[in-house]
Amino acid sequence: MRMWAPLGLVLLWASMALLGFVVPLAPEHIDLSKILVPGGAEEWLGYDDLGRPILDRLIMGARTSFFVAFAVVGLSLCVGTMIGTFGAFMGGWVDHALVRIIDVFLAFPGILLAIALAGVMGPGIDNVVIALSAVGWVGYARLSRAQVLTVKERDHIHAAIAIGTKPLRIMVRHLIPLVSAPLIVEASFGIAGAVIAEAGLSFLGLGVQPPAASWGSMIREGTRYMLVAPHLVITPGVAIMAVVLAINLFGDWLRDWLDVKDQTRLG
Amino acid sequence: MLQFLVSRLITATVVVLGVMCLVFALIHLVPGDPVEVMLGESAQPADKEALREALGLNQPVHLQLLDYLARLVRLDLGTSIYSRRPILDILLERIPATIELGIAALWVATFLALPLGILAAMHRNTLLDFGAMGFALVGVSIPNFWMGPMLILVGALWLGWFPVSGREGFMSLVLPALTLGTAMAAILSRMIRSALLEVITEEFIRTARAKGLTEWRVIAHHGLRNALLPVITLLGLQLGALLGGAIITETVFSWPGIGLLVVEAIQRRDYPVVQATVLFISLSYVLVNLLTDLLYAWIDPRVRIQKGP
Repeated sequence: MRMWAPLGLVLLWASMALLGFVVPLAPEHIDLSKILVPGGAEEWLGYDDLGRPILDRLIMGARTSFFVAFAVVGLSLCVGTMIGTFGAFMGGWVDHALVRIIDVFLAFPGILLAIALAGVMGPGIDNVVIALSAVGWVGYARLSRAQVLTVKERDHIHAAIAIGTKPLRIMVRHLIPLVSAPLIVEASFGIAGAVIAEAGLSFLGLGVQPPAASWGSMIREGTRYMLVAPHLVITPGVAIMAVVLAINLFGDWLRDWLDVKDQTRLG
Repeated sequence: MLQFLVSRLITATVVVLGVMCLVFALIHLVPGDPVEVMLGESAQPADKEALREALGLNQPVHLQLLDYLARLVRLDLGTSIYSRRPILDILLERIPATIELGIAALWVATFLALPLGILAAMHRNTLLDFGAMGFALVGVSIPNFWMGPMLILVGALWLGWFPVSGREGFMSLVLPALTLGTAMAAILSRMIRSALLEVITEEFIRTARAKGLTEWRVIAHHGLRNALLPVITLLGLQLGALLGGAIITETVFSWPGIGLLVVEAIQRRDYPVVQATVLFISLSYVLVNLLTDLLYAWIDPRVRIQKGP
């Protein structure tokens, strides 16, 4: 039962992201007579500093965060899992070198490397995806490596090696399916992390460029008018918090449901 | 212990070298000609050539890397393109502010997380537990760059108790420390709760209870002391989140630390400063993690014998 509320919110987020393709929106329509007008019956969420409708911009921001989050997690999950599985399966110096590379990436605290990469490569949504994936793959590589190490000595793997199955096939068909549960749980929390990270980069001015909308850049633009129009900052912030909270709750439920030990979050 | 020390030091050295190489590579990720990006297209050819010379960009890449590492060994971080001052001086100027903010945030985090974690563990699966963990979940879901402006709105603009931004006196420290500290408190209280729950099932807790000690004494003297060990190591790892969060928190509050320095340098395209600051933050993170590792091994001898994954 406890999954329905979070799942509902995540689905709302997804449908907001897709809504922009169906319903005509005017997130970049400037109406100077409505500058900073708060929400009301006519336009629920009010207007921003250029008189643009906040609801429309919120929906466009949902699209930004949705596609960036799924692109980043999809990319990091694939690359990280392949690298981690490869290292654990091959063993020896390959594995050793990979562990060192992972260590180097883990030496950059939190979002720092992503900020530096996005800052150096220049702003833009594609660079945000690249920067966050360049940081994100490490977690999945470490997790998949640790998981594969625990299952690679099983009989069916030895059997597969004995009948001459190619390494790639063993990894994709026999190893990765066995270790997918913790990776899926990690990925669900990864979506939440990517939503915050994208908004954070956009808040710093490194993400989407104006006039395009992101929840992070909406907060950035709104802070200048906080005293007269706090709704500019409150609305996108509530959206981020609701989505991240829902994904985290969903991830918690998923972890219990798939019966994965709570090692992914703390370690 | 010596063997453990040596192996950890070797690993750390390899990591430090790797970090330096990665930071070195940053400038080569600049699209197009980095010199042109930094100085602007209208710059004089002579100036461009001088900067290219100063950064060593006219040499082959492997020589550049060796040169970069050699300069780092001599603590020569180069010169800022924006202010034309030695980067080391700029860093030294900014570090105290970040340390001040970090320590204040740690205080806030501990002050909030310790009672929450203990209460949640002592009253497991009650309303109190759900409330405390609910707070923790909301805490990790609120990003710094929203928490900060919200605190400014309430504490500075509406109530007028604290300054909006800057670093002048104790009052200006409160809001940034709260912003950075609550996010950490959320994670920390979850850790304390789970560590305490694990310890509570141990035999010596049953003995302590059987002796007739009060529940408070059992938790404070027998439970918490043993539970705090794993929390300390995890705290070392959490320093990463703290440093990462400091970049955004300092930007929100115009707090003149190294986090704000990174963001300013990116905006000014002052890439040598970006490189130096990123390097400094990562190396201090590596150092703290090494120290917590060693501290942990010193406190708990079992760690030394265990081989890492």
